[in-house]
Amino acid sequence: MIRLARRSLLAAAVLGALVPAALAQSAPEKTTIVVASTTSTQDSGLFGHILPLFTAETGIEVKVIAQGTGQALDTGRRGDADVVFVHAKAAEEKFVAEGFADKRLPVMYNDFVLIGPKADPAGIRGTTDIAAALRAVHDKAAPFVSRGDRSGTHQAELALWKTAGVDLDRSKGDWYREIGQGMGAALNTASAMNAYVLADRGTWIGFKNRGDLDVVVAGDKRLFNQYGVMLVSPTRHPHVKAAAGQAFVDWLVGPKGQAAIAGYRIGGEQLFFPNAGQPGA
Amino acid sequence: MRAAASILPLAFDRVDLAVDGRRLVADLSFALAAHGTTVLLGPNGAGKSVLLRLAHGLLAPTAGAVRWGGDGGRIAGTKRHAMVFQKPVMLARSARANLTHALAAAGLGWSARRARADAALARFDLGALAERPARLLSGGEQQRLAIARAWALDPEVLFLDEPTSQLDPHVTRVIEEMLRGLAAEGRTLVMATHDLGQARRLADRILFLAAGRLVEDAPAAAFFHEPSSREAVAFLAGDLVV
Amino acid sequence: MEFAAVLTAGWDLVRGATPGFWPIVALSLRVTLTAVGLAALLGLPLGALVAVVRFPGRGAVVVLVNTLMGLPPVVAGLVVYLVFSRSGPLGTLGWLFTPTVMIVAQTVLVLPIVVALTRQVVEDLWREYAEHLRSLDLAGIAAVPTLLWDARFSLATVLLAGFGRASAEVGAVLIVGGNIAGHTRTMTTAIALETSKGDLPLALALGGVLILLTFAVNAVAWTAGRFGARFAAHTPG
Repeated sequence: MIRLARRSLLAAAVLGALVPAALAQSAPEKTTIVVASTTSTQDSGLFGHILPLFTAETGIEVKVIAQGTGQALDTGRRGDADVVFVHAKAAEEKFVAEGFADKRLPVMYNDFVLIGPKADPAGIRGTTDIAAALRAVHDKAAPFVSRGDRSGTHQAELALWKTAGVDLDRSKGDWYREIGQGMGAALNTASAMNAYVLADRGTWIGFKNRGDLDVVVAGDKRLFNQYGVMLVSPTRHPHVKAAAGQAFVDWLVGPKGQAAIAGYRIGGEQLFFPNAGQPGA
Repeated sequence: MRAAASILPLAFDRVDLAVDGRRLVADLSFALAAHGTTVLLGPNGAGKSVLLRLAHGLLAPTAGAVRWGGDGGRIAGTKRHAMVFQKPVMLARSARANLTHALAAAGLGWSARRARADAALARFDLGALAERPARLLSGGEQQRLAIARAWALDPEVLFLDEPTSQLDPHVTRVIEEMLRGLAAEGRTLVMATHDLGQARRLADRILFLAAGRLVEDAPAAAFFHEPSSREAVAFLAGDLVV
Repeated sequence: MEFAAVLTAGWDLVRGATPGFWPIVALSLRVTLTAVGLAALLGLPLGALVAVVRFPGRGAVVVLVNTLMGLPPVVAGLVVYLVFSRSGPLGTLGWLFTPTVMIVAQTVLVLPIVVALTRQVVEDLWREYAEHLRSLDLAGIAAVPTLLWDARFSLATVLLAGFGRASAEVGAVLIVGGNIAGHTRTMTTAIALETSKGDLPLALALGGVLILLTFAVNAVAWTAGRFGARFAAHTPG
């Protein structure tokens, strides 16, 4: 009886020795920081372009967690990220006011576009008045896909409905579809339903499953989308990699980062416009 | 190899076993002292299998006591009684491995296990089957292996629960020969059977049970020549014992 | 979307034209196989113990473990995330957004499967072996090594079921791992990403490779099992 138990203990010990080896992280040769950002910056390919430039210059590796703005800010609050880089100014300022970051710095802007089916049931194609366009979508009860996920895009969308004078809580009907997912999923859904959807231009340009969709409204100043970056407060979360995180923030708003952002193009088109020094951005 | 001390006598002192209000055996009292083969005889449901399991420790009495010599049936920590079941239990490994498994459970070291297993295979003519998966052997081969496995543990007392009831006459004869050999070595055998002929062939002593009670306890010759109880008379005549 | 586009994407993946593909495959295998290994180490003895030892509350434990077999991966991921978040009880380990925590999350998913199915397999075997093993003084916990080894072929299938569950899930590894390119991106999270980017042919091609991988693992297990069974049945010349 004892011998049987001993044999199985040996087997367990061998397995137990192999497992930590598999679990062991390879020792990092460089410093790494975690940046919580949005799906739009990732899906558009911006990070794929600018991050290697940053790493080449500083030797700091950036690990990007792409979530919706709401989730990214929550990740920052928990101290699971070193830097937060999103596009919802009001929410970012609240983050600073709560003490999770010392300050917020503007970095760049891109614009939203209203995407819709070529058939255009709301009859808004070509207009540059986003408020009027949204009013028409509402009045005609044309199918509309919303991200519904507290993301920057979602918050911008809600602000635009308000500007259009539409009280969503009262007039939300079957035509308004909240999916609670990211930009790519929203575009997929709109493509499948032949619905209108508000998207950031960067994700739209990179999106391959367009179906019958195209840009219907663009260029309205109210469609501009401002991005801000914050270092998570080392006072609040002492383990945050403050030096490396600050290096990233400084690079983003400094000349090299701003140039890198401006240099990112798809099909010759610039997606993001650096505006770090702009007052009130 | 045999220790000086003995686990006999085994004494049953007014043993009862009741399960869910049903009395399986009642007021069993007897003593097992000498060597030789004791056969438990009786109709189905008489309590033969229950008695064997009470003796071997697989069941505990609800009243009365089962008393072994030695240290509760053990000498120097080793259990000196073994059991062979009606349907042999074979582990999913080779015949040899079934032997070494039992020996390992008894605390033998690696080389002792190997030697003893080889001895068992040789003694009972199982060498050709040594590496075969035990579960794929025929019923007769499995039962021979089960007996060899019990022998390998060097028991003073061997309990057998109707070991040949599911086997054909040819294999039955082989196994009865094995059992005679074990008795000749000086081991004490306690065997349940409902086969009268087998009882006549092997028994030195008969414990006759009916409806959970020990009805008659006699030397075999006396029992078969002149049974004293009504139930035994009926049983030997081939009538149903109710 | 054309079938040809899927095939082209698949061929590009396999011949190495799509960067980052093979590291994703390696990470998926590393995370899932380690999780199954851990679940086996813990779950096989645990399941066997629940099968042979009668303890108060055993029935409740069995029902609970059976229920946890259906634990939604996203829920498991969320709970593990909250535990290993910097604001959580084990945050100081710094395991969040690393393969280690992904292994933890998948182990949480696979362990109930291993325990519940092992319990069932061992309980059936114990019913057959109990008297013989108890006769050999192997009762309760002492019988576990014998039962586990004798049930090895059924238990291999149990582990394969666990492997299937882990390699197919995306919810848990996505939340705790963060789908970071080059670090915590697995096949399933990559499929989710490519789908959300609208690159459906690539997503389908990745899915096809994942299924082929799972098939390969099962095929290896099957042949190993047959070889082992045949080896055990070897007759000496």
